[in-house]
Amino acid sequence: MTTIKARFQLDYGDFKLAVDLKLPGNGITVLFGHSGSGKTTLLRCIAGLQRAPQGFLEVNGSVWQDSERGVFLPTHKRPLGYVFQEANLFAHLTVRDNLRYGLKRIKHNSGTVRLDHAVDLLGIGHLLERRPGQLSGGERQRVAITRALALNPEILLMDEPLASLDFKRKQEILPFLSRLHQQLAIPLLYVTHSQQEVAQLADTLVIMEDGRVQALGPLPDIQSRLDVALAQDREAATVWQVIISEHEADYHLTRVEFSGGSLSLPRVDAEIGASLRVRIYARDVSIVLEAPAATSILNVLPATVTGSADGQAGQSVIRLVVGSQALLAHITRKSARLLDLQVGMAVYVQIKCTSILN
Amino acid sequence: MLTADDLETLLLTFKVASITTLLLLLLGTPLAWWLARTHSKWKSIINALVALPLVLPPTVLGFYLLVLMGPAGVVGQFTTWLGLGTLPFTLPGLMVASVLYSLPFVVQPLQATFSAIGGHALEAAATLRAGSLDRFFSVVVPLSKPGFLTAAILGFAHTVGEFGVVLMVGGNIPGKTRVVSVQIYNHVEALEYAEAHWLAGSLLVFSFSVLLILYTALRTQPVAHSLK
Repeated sequence: MTTIKARFQLDYGDFKLAVDLKLPGNGITVLFGHSGSGKTTLLRCIAGLQRAPQGFLEVNGSVWQDSERGVFLPTHKRPLGYVFQEANLFAHLTVRDNLRYGLKRIKHNSGTVRLDHAVDLLGIGHLLERRPGQLSGGERQRVAITRALALNPEILLMDEPLASLDFKRKQEILPFLSRLHQQLAIPLLYVTHSQQEVAQLADTLVIMEDGRVQALGPLPDIQSRLDVALAQDREAATVWQVIISEHEADYHLTRVEFSGGSLSLPRVDAEIGASLRVRIYARDVSIVLEAPAATSILNVLPATVTGSADGQAGQSVIRLVVGSQALLAHITRKSARLLDLQVGMAVYVQIKCTSILN
Repeated sequence: MLTADDLETLLLTFKVASITTLLLLLLGTPLAWWLARTHSKWKSIINALVALPLVLPPTVLGFYLLVLMGPAGVVGQFTTWLGLGTLPFTLPGLMVASVLYSLPFVVQPLQATFSAIGGHALEAAATLRAGSLDRFFSVVVPLSKPGFLTAAILGFAHTVGEFGVVLMVGGNIPGKTRVVSVQIYNHVEALEYAEAHWLAGSLLVFSFSVLLILYTALRTQPVAHSLK
């Protein structure tokens, strides 16, 4: 289901943006790239905060911009919610009045129920009478997210909402964002340069470079693509969606199922049948040609090599599939040579550790 | 003691200063807003023109206004054509001169405040469904309170204190254009030092009180480090 069609061309001399993309109308789409890659500019063009001289934008069937016909809906007429890198709360208003600012300006106002729900979701009920100056950075950003949500927008845009926060504050907000993901039926476009946030939030990943879209698709597909810089990164990883099948209380372990078999994870406090995201770093995956008879590593799975590329400094990046799940492995170039890894070879992967994302 | 004449000039002075301040806020706000936001090449020229009364001797400004608004001047011919007669030596003429003379005292504080607010709060307001005029009144004005206070008080006080421009454009017509500063001059010319003392003292006390109130108010205002 495609509900966002965006085509923008913009030329500032030293920076050019040229994109033409279709984005899904649900779930979290993460726009990922280094600073200067154009991800924020793209988001601002979608919001109408910046006007690309040549552009076409359609959201849920309504045209927000069409430069050929001279159509440009100003930001305040677009049914969107926007969260900035800085919370941008109004200092002269209490938190409550900040939250009401947008609601008061919506015509068909059935907003109070939604506002209460959003306040609960972000856990800011105790802050309503305070001024923005009396809030911590994390609290301010939660208020900003609530303020955008309360409008019941058709699309939610977030521009590095966690970038100005320290590690602890980030950890404070990420669970709220994950929860949004489960509770909201609207698409969220999320700009970040953090791999952590990509792994935790993205359903769809858009990789931007030099003002262009380098890759776009479901997270697992893009993450494991060898022609994308992401696969070369030291932090390269694949994210798997798995389902809890069993708790092994004695060993403090939880077993989870996925299309290619099952994995043992450190104990997870969740019900059997619950869905989880686990991340497997490429550097934690090793490859053996035959099933090891005895190994201390619990997670050994049959896999097929589907590609390889040279990595940085003596490294090789190997792409494999386990069942239908793609997996990346970073091994030394020498090992790759010695094992004589070829596309189509059946091997076994040993996964040293996994991390659980939600 | 203050004579009846003195009181009359005092009243006239406050009337001129009040109306001038009102006009200045009405004209100065959009001008300051434009100057704070624009990237136009005209910005420097307009900035320099606005600041001109700060450096020009008031008599120079008064002289040009006198010429321009007089029967032979462009403005004078226009006002005559409108059937208003010429402006020099009338109350409206005095107000026009006062507005120009005090313009920088209103525009500059406003411009500084508007610049400090920056674009972020406005962009946030736009994403919250506020149109441009709405954004100005619901975000910019409340966040600029200290700036408006400063601008209004400086504009008022500076207009009360003008002399050179008044003398050139307004003249010295009792009840019509004779303001306090001119009246003090008249007293001194006539060697009425006691009367001059009373009037000058009143003005001194007034000006000090106004500035004291301003700075006290600004100290207790939650300063507009606008957004975070």
